Amino acid sequence: MFAYYLDLALRSLKRNKGLTALMVLAIALGIGASMTTLTVLHVLSGDPLPGRSATLYYPQLDPRSLEDMRPGEAPPKQVSWMDGMNLLKAGRADRQALMTGGAVAVSPPDAAIDPFFERARYTTRDFFPMFDVPFLYGHAWSRADDNNDARLVVLSYRINERLFGGADSTGKVLRMGGKDFRIVGVLKPWRPAPHFYDLMTGDYSNSEGVYLPLLTATDLKFPFNGSRDCWGNSANVDQKTAQCTWLQFWVQLDTPAKAAAYKQFLDNYSRQQKSQGVYQRDPNVRLPDLMQWLDYNQVVPSDVQMQFWLALGFLVVCLVNTIGLMLAKFLRRAGELGVRRALGASRRSIFAQLLVEAGAVGLVGGIGGLLLALAGLGLVRMQATDYAPLAHLDMSMLGATMLLAVVATLFAGLLPAWRACLIPPALQLKSN
Amino acid sequence: MNLQVKPIFSALRHHKAGTLLIALQIALTLAIVCNALFIIQQRISLLTRPSGVDEAHLIRVMNGWVGASDKDVGPLMQSDLDTLRRLPGVVDAYATNATPLSGGGWATGMHSKPDGKGKRVQTAIYFSDAHTLDTLGLKLVAGRNFHASEVQGFLPNDTLQPPQIIVTRALADNLFSDGHAVGKVVYLGKKPSTIIGVVARLQVPWVASWASNWEGNSTLVPRQMLTNGTNYVIRVRDGQLQKVLHSAPAALLAADRMRVIPDDQGVVTFEQMRAKAYKSDRGMAILMGVICTVLLAITAAGIVGLTSFWVGQRRKQIGVRRALGATRHDILGYFLTENLLIGIAGVAIGGALAVGMNQWLMHAFEMQRLSWPWIAGGVVVLLLLGQAAVLAPALRASNVPPVVATRSV
Repeated sequence: MFAYYLDLALRSLKRNKGLTALMVLAIALGIGASMTTLTVLHVLSGDPLPGRSATLYYPQLDPRSLEDMRPGEAPPKQVSWMDGMNLLKAGRADRQALMTGGAVAVSPPDAAIDPFFERARYTTRDFFPMFDVPFLYGHAWSRADDNNDARLVVLSYRINERLFGGADSTGKVLRMGGKDFRIVGVLKPWRPAPHFYDLMTGDYSNSEGVYLPLLTATDLKFPFNGSRDCWGNSANVDQKTAQCTWLQFWVQLDTPAKAAAYKQFLDNYSRQQKSQGVYQRDPNVRLPDLMQWLDYNQVVPSDVQMQFWLALGFLVVCLVNTIGLMLAKFLRRAGELGVRRALGASRRSIFAQLLVEAGAVGLVGGIGGLLLALAGLGLVRMQATDYAPLAHLDMSMLGATMLLAVVATLFAGLLPAWRACLIPPALQLKSN
Repeated sequence: MNLQVKPIFSALRHHKAGTLLIALQIALTLAIVCNALFIIQQRISLLTRPSGVDEAHLIRVMNGWVGASDKDVGPLMQSDLDTLRRLPGVVDAYATNATPLSGGGWATGMHSKPDGKGKRVQTAIYFSDAHTLDTLGLKLVAGRNFHASEVQGFLPNDTLQPPQIIVTRALADNLFSDGHAVGKVVYLGKKPSTIIGVVARLQVPWVASWASNWEGNSTLVPRQMLTNGTNYVIRVRDGQLQKVLHSAPAALLAADRMRVIPDDQGVVTFEQMRAKAYKSDRGMAILMGVICTVLLAITAAGIVGLTSFWVGQRRKQIGVRRALGATRHDILGYFLTENLLIGIAGVAIGGALAVGMNQWLMHAFEMQRLSWPWIAGGVVVLLLLGQAAVLAPALRASNVPPVVATRSV
């Protein structure tokens, strides 16, 4: 029966080529635009560490002075050196890492390559196991190396390709900022999107090229890259005691109970700092988990969201357009349908026949929409934004595109098909 | 025409679904097109803002020294600047932390009283020297330039409280409503800074919306940031831009090899910086333009399709009317009026939808309020579009001969 309906549908579609083309085009444009924007939105609002993000938390403390205080104000988005070190040493979480961004001058071992500046991450070693960073060669530095100014470095896949042609470079020496570092590990390609662990250096920026122990980098006074917020007016020049927040501190807490206990710990810590006269404000702590932190920072660009909603509105107009055209098309065939009804076809089978026709339009429109979405994403990738390279259609979005196209067109076909199968057969035959 | 309204309504009652669909499509199209055009207008007004500097003659070179500590930087920077200023085709040059359109820099609060008290305005900080006004082509509207003796080095952890500063007119107007800022004292920290000069305009480094409320509030400080990385800004003579784009980095590398000038964005003109800074705004405007065009085309095509169907369906009635004495003109007028009535219903709903959509965009995306002329313009465009779309099927209808009335099919 389906094959027969399909045959009827194709015949009917061929009869009005212009109208069919218009319907297919409208569906394809609507689907193409909404799937392009939806894919970008999907990529940008995705979970950077699926399965792990629920156990990662970002503690926020408020060590600022009373000046400029507003009631209900959120705590700073980063921690000071002193707080970060205190929390790190307290070690109350399952894992914890203190980190910041930087830039180092790399002198390649191959003298033919000019020296270049590379974005660096200065961090303590739990960064790697906590964020599940995959290693290609070697391993992270040890916990002891966090505290002894060890001149060790972990390279990203990209930098290892550039400097050593992708060979196992562990054990070799790399000169950075005029100092020699021993390579202990090389990562597999790793680019969490968003760049969740440090939103100060770009929401969707690429991962850093080199990773150094935090203490080593700060003791060598390697350049800092990020945002630094200071309070008070002391002429303090030492970043380790200055009243500034400039580091990110992440903890892993495996159960909600541990998270609640950790929040209590932060509260007690703030209270204690205040009683010792270090803090001036009352405890003001927060402990968002990873996704809450991304949400709070509104990392998904508002332009991308706006584009998605406008594209969706566009799709609705295209569907309304298709409903109208299909209505006209089906009702125009009242005579033919009347004959079929008179020859014994039930209302149900007329309805099914017309929906098959609508579905065929949807399928072709969906394929067109898919091609348009691929072209649209190609255009997005040509943009200069940080997230441009991420805009790819994955299998789930591909399936969603086709599903959306067919379901939307079937939906658009419902009203016209229903109206058409209400046609009384006798009347149609008589007027003919 | 008036006589025809009544039969039109009774005819439309027989095509409720089709009528509603056209009206709905017009309404949705109007709502989207109004808001999209409004977004385009806003983005265009953003990207045509002047930066205040002589963009056509400016080049920025990013420079990092390899293995130099902060205390070595002062002499290195001075010798680089001497090299650049001596180059043929170069008018002047200076070193800074940031420039307009660069998208990165230093922002802070400036206060009318010490220790963060009194009136506060947000400002961008540009590190400058006595050559800055000349290099950027800034117009001094009051006061004087920095003296070379006032320019000092600044280490990354120093506190910024220079005794002399130059501010933009926008910043001066924000702080002092009487229009006389020169000689007045403001505070970046504990110590006072005296405003010695006022320049006409200098945009902050950020073009994004979060900085749009204070995008003209800039402060020049007579300081040279002594860090490993710096930006050289070079002003060139007419027609020398391409030459200096190559000669400047070459001269710097010839003077000292122990430096890094990034391959990507290391040497750029201000025109390239402007294109990059506003790329997403331009992209958004183009995308909205494409969406509007396609949407209007689809709506027009939909109207053509549905009206053609109605004309086909009513051939016999048209023939009867023609046989009873209606002229071609009457038939044409009938379909045009019919479309106009549907269109008016559509734009009435669409106007309300446009306002509602704008309210939601304002709430969700901090967009501005849509003004009435935009909606009025959209209404006119859609009504004209409807009339144009219906013209071809209506002309076909008016060509139906009266003899059709006598045929049975």
